[in-house]
Amino acid sequence: MADIEKQVINGLTGLRDWVDARFPLVKSWNEHLAKYYAPKNFNFWYFFGSLALLVLVIQILTGIWLTMNYNPSAEGAFASVEFIMRDVPGGWFIRYMHSTGASAFFVVIFLHMFRTLLYGSYKKPRELLWLSGMAIYLVIMGEAFFGYLLPWGQMSYWGAQVIISLFGAIPFIGPDLAEWIRGDFVVSGVTLNRFFSLHVIAFPLLLLGLIAVHILALHEVGSNNPDGIEIKKNKGADGIPLDGIPFHPYYTVKDIFGVAVFFIFFFAVVFFAPEMGGYFLEHANFNPADPFKTPEHIAPVWYFTPYYAILRAIPSIAGSAFPGVVAMGLAVNIFLLLPWLDRSPVKSIRYRGSYYKIALTAFVISFIALGWLGMQGVTPLYTWLARFFSVVYFAFFLLMPFYTAMDNDKAVPDRVTD
Amino acid sequence: MINSDVDKSRRRFLTAAATVVGGAGTVAGAVPFIATMTPSAKAKAIGAPIEVDISKLQPGEFVIEKWQGKPIWILRRTQEMLDDITAQADIVSDPVSDASAQPEYAKNEYRARENEFLVVIGLCTHLGCSPKFIEKGLDGSLSAEKGGFFCPCHGSRFDFAGRVFKDVPAPTNLVVPPYQFLSPSRLLIGDDSEVV
Repeated sequence: MADIEKQVINGLTGLRDWVDARFPLVKSWNEHLAKYYAPKNFNFWYFFGSLALLVLVIQILTGIWLTMNYNPSAEGAFASVEFIMRDVPGGWFIRYMHSTGASAFFVVIFLHMFRTLLYGSYKKPRELLWLSGMAIYLVIMGEAFFGYLLPWGQMSYWGAQVIISLFGAIPFIGPDLAEWIRGDFVVSGVTLNRFFSLHVIAFPLLLLGLIAVHILALHEVGSNNPDGIEIKKNKGADGIPLDGIPFHPYYTVKDIFGVAVFFIFFFAVVFFAPEMGGYFLEHANFNPADPFKTPEHIAPVWYFTPYYAILRAIPSIAGSAFPGVVAMGLAVNIFLLLPWLDRSPVKSIRYRGSYYKIALTAFVISFIALGWLGMQGVTPLYTWLARFFSVVYFAFFLLMPFYTAMDNDKAVPDRVTD
Repeated sequence: MINSDVDKSRRRFLTAAATVVGGAGTVAGAVPFIATMTPSAKAKAIGAPIEVDISKLQPGEFVIEKWQGKPIWILRRTQEMLDDITAQADIVSDPVSDASAQPEYAKNEYRARENEFLVVIGLCTHLGCSPKFIEKGLDGSLSAEKGGFFCPCHGSRFDFAGRVFKDVPAPTNLVVPPYQFLSPSRLLIGDDSEVV
């Protein structure tokens, strides 16, 4: 018996060496997993990077299978989605995983970004890591927007009409640009076809490329941690950070546990509440698109509502809706400036003073409040509330150079704590 | 090759020339990709003018037609509606349509060729939703007895001349398409050349 075992191991080792002479297999494995040293003090907030990758895999797999039965035309789209739901064996399961996965993507990404705000992970030397992550966020927003048109329901149609009209508000080139995006005078089957192309080919490819950049950048600078201390500053005699542990097996096992817990929540939604009370799949989208009739109550899916609330809060100025569009664009993109707005010498919220803690709390409250307001109908009170929270939202960023510089930060220890 | 033999200015020139030619080629190559995304000949053909029979339209009646894929509203206004339009000049933001889009013949108080008939594109000038016809009880107009159009998307309101009320997101009045009367009971939408 022992002989056979030895022979198998020898054979496998030989195969590995054969590959290794032709491809950096062991080298890559070591660089990115077995000898990639991550800080030993990761906590709950560090689950969401790997979970984002997991959701990406779910979206790609279910997306490929949905495409097998989906018909990207104004005449056939709505019916083909119903066909998937009713007649394709297991079609409902694939589709609900995809629709739940879209919302799950944003839940995970928002928490992943919040972790960055908590521990200052965007600060030097991780600026490019942050920028590449923001690029991923923007691409995912586009991907979600394109995908939402595909079922060709009422909310799909009017949501796309509103968002494309945003471009129409740009002075001078706006109307032509909107027509170019639509490929027609109104949102039509032409628009649906190109959104399908962008949703299943262009943006997924872009996303994969950007994720590769994001992970390469991460493994170049190394992960931040809840203490915001650079573990590379304290290396042992062997050149390995004293506070680092190899990603594999320590964090691969941790992340697999995270996957298991995530799946409990994910499939609870897929099986028991795929519409999530109208938040994940909006009720109006169960009616086919009607270019003549806007639904009574129109709101974007929950993950766009904070920005939508900001858009609605800004009144038109000098006969142009452009200011609201600019404010909305800024609200999304102002995150890009974070590494340069933050003047604090410390990274982690554990060693920051009270100003940052207050500012971050106010920001989170205003983000959630705007998200809620974006789902509500228009009333004068809500408009004023949205204006108030929009001011808080932007103040978090624009005042950051001042309150982070004046903050009474604490002394940061040399080594990570437990 | 020994480095000193390299003719650096020649190399710089070739690099610059290749970059310029390659760049021009890339730009030229992008043209068809951008062009395919503009409205096709078929989409443009659907934009041809339409004829509408308005002989059966009663005073106060509202119908929606389709031109260029867009909803075209036709409202036969009552005398009361016309009076309200006059009375509301102070609470609309562009009463004489200076900043709004319409053919010259519709640039008047009632925004129409014939006072009785309102013809507008039924898409909000804010972000393109289609507002609703509210016969009575439009919030923000003169009184709860008055009507107009209400956009559910962002709360913009318009009067029966398609004029936008003050303090709503929509920046301008509803767009009036080109149109002409072929006869008192027949309307041609999408063409105002007066030649039939």
